[in-house]
Amino acid sequence: MHALVQGVILGILTGGVYALMASGQTLIFGIMKVVNLAQGAMVIMAAYLAYQLFTTFGVDPFLAIPITTILMFGLGVGVELLFLRPLRREDKSELSLLVTFAVALLIEGVLSVTWGTTYRSINAGYANSSWTLGRYQITVVRFWAFVLSLVALGLLFWLLNRTRFGRAVRATVQNPESARLLGVEAQWVSALGFGLGAATAAAAGSVYGLLYPFTPGSHYDLISRLLSIVVLGGLGSVGGAVVAGVIVSTSSAVVAATISPAWSEMTFFIVLILVLLIRPRGLFGSVNRGAI
Amino acid sequence: MSIPSVVRGGVFVAVLVTLPMLGLQHWFLNLLVFVLMYATMSSSWNLVGGFAGYPSLGHAGFFGIGAYTLALIFKDQVLATGYEPFLLLPLVGLVGALVGWPIALISMRTRADVFAIVTITFLFVVQTLAFNLHSLTGGSQGTALPIPPFSAAGFELPFYYVMVGLLVFTMGLTFATMRSKLGLSLVSIRADEDKARGVGVRVIGVKVLAFSVSVGITSMVGAVWAYYESFIYPQFAVDPLITIAMVLMTFLGGRGTLWGPVLGAVILESGQQLLTYQLGAVQLYLIAYALIFLVIILLLPRGILPTIEDRLRLRRRRRRTAAAAALPGGPPSSNVADAASMLGRGAT
Repeated sequence: MHALVQGVILGILTGGVYALMASGQTLIFGIMKVVNLAQGAMVIMAAYLAYQLFTTFGVDPFLAIPITTILMFGLGVGVELLFLRPLRREDKSELSLLVTFAVALLIEGVLSVTWGTTYRSINAGYANSSWTLGRYQITVVRFWAFVLSLVALGLLFWLLNRTRFGRAVRATVQNPESARLLGVEAQWVSALGFGLGAATAAAAGSVYGLLYPFTPGSHYDLISRLLSIVVLGGLGSVGGAVVAGVIVSTSSAVVAATISPAWSEMTFFIVLILVLLIRPRGLFGSVNRGAI
Repeated sequence: MSIPSVVRGGVFVAVLVTLPMLGLQHWFLNLLVFVLMYATMSSSWNLVGGFAGYPSLGHAGFFGIGAYTLALIFKDQVLATGYEPFLLLPLVGLVGALVGWPIALISMRTRADVFAIVTITFLFVVQTLAFNLHSLTGGSQGTALPIPPFSAAGFELPFYYVMVGLLVFTMGLTFATMRSKLGLSLVSIRADEDKARGVGVRVIGVKVLAFSVSVGITSMVGAVWAYYESFIYPQFAVDPLITIAMVLMTFLGGRGTLWGPVLGAVILESGQQLLTYQLGAVQLYLIAYALIFLVIILLLPRGILPTIEDRLRLRRRRRRTAAAAALPGGPPSSNVADAASMLGRGAT
């Protein structure tokens, strides 16, 4: 029982970070109908940027987030303009998958050349401290990671619901054709939306670097986790991704605590298969994939 | 069956069969074995990714399943002739197809992006299992297969000929598919799935069948590879790069064509060996692969063979139109030729 509760606490705290990564991915899908297989690679890339900022300049990973976010936003916009926009419309959904997979490999290759393939971790001074609450441990890093994820998600929701850009995004998600007819510049919404997805990856990446050791190949671990979360939440639904992120992360932490850490990876796949069997459009996905 | 395709196929098989008799060196035979493996796998990927337009990213998982299935069957055995594993290849293929069947059934109910999500997740699940199921796979320590008791002088030859057989089998299957109602169904799914269903194509059945056959062949190649290597590790038996290679080769040569995947495999696999010698570092090779991939998709999205064929047809049509314009009655309709070319029944 103790292990179970500890697992739940851990899962919820980590779930915030997953929710953040997945919200960017589902946003990209909602706007462009592109499954971004490079989301995990962008998270790892941001983790390396945070690592470099920390080791060279002593910038705390949490404070590095504004810098990495802006850099990754630029990268995201660049990827969209260079690689996704030129695709022909009739086979875009098929080819975009392969393009984003290639981008993921490209990022992995560049990271390997720059930083090597050994494990890195960001050892901030507070990395190993924790609070004890009753009989349960809450690590300081995880707590702040959770808070930061909430703040970032709050910003994202504010951007989507309270700004002109956000309205254009939501219109595009609901119905791209009508949005275009009403004067939304779909091309720019796509580019900025992809940038925004990359920016959430950047915010999550700093935190990921604090929580786990990483190598350039770590993005393979993230791909299947993020995709299961996004499908469970409903492709294109940001709110769904947040809920699903916490659910999947918690169940995997519980499996790790009660059965074995080795099997927690399987949780993601089982969740994915169950969703597809029981409710293929996910928890909050609409039939025509218009929800946000 | 037109005469030219019989001739073309016959010449291809004859060349493949006689090639090793030229007294080739070991490194070259080894290269050929790998080219044949990738040509077979790309051709099998093409059956579902090329014809039906469902890009599977999980084929490397089935490659690994094939490799470990053979390893399990022959665990701790000593082989008398060395040909026993080859005889059991159909069984391995059946295992792969049986694993693939439910996966296809679940993931192909919805559209291509969910299918891609499920297949890529499956790939990483198989990889995790290969690392974690120590009793079956030996975990990261790897597992050994029986040593093939072939003489050192002709060590590669049995593998070479088995791979020629598998490639010819797969290409024959592709050829038969292209000439049948099944091929037409698959192509119609790629063009417009709803309309295909509307005109009575049994969409689910056709897709699931294509996927199962495709992954069955891939598992057989995985088994041959495992036997050839004699010792397998999870990170090489279940490697995302194998999936990427299959997709890349099919796209380079031309998806939905008979010869495209083979051409892609010849170009890329020999190029890859060269790159490995030249660049050495695996990381640079990753960058090169990704860049080639992006360039192909952006600049040559249909692949080499369909592009060449288009040029040729355009030139032919222009000549024909010019000739017809000289006659009364105007140019003839070319709709039939266009419809046939969707199935790649032209020069490819």
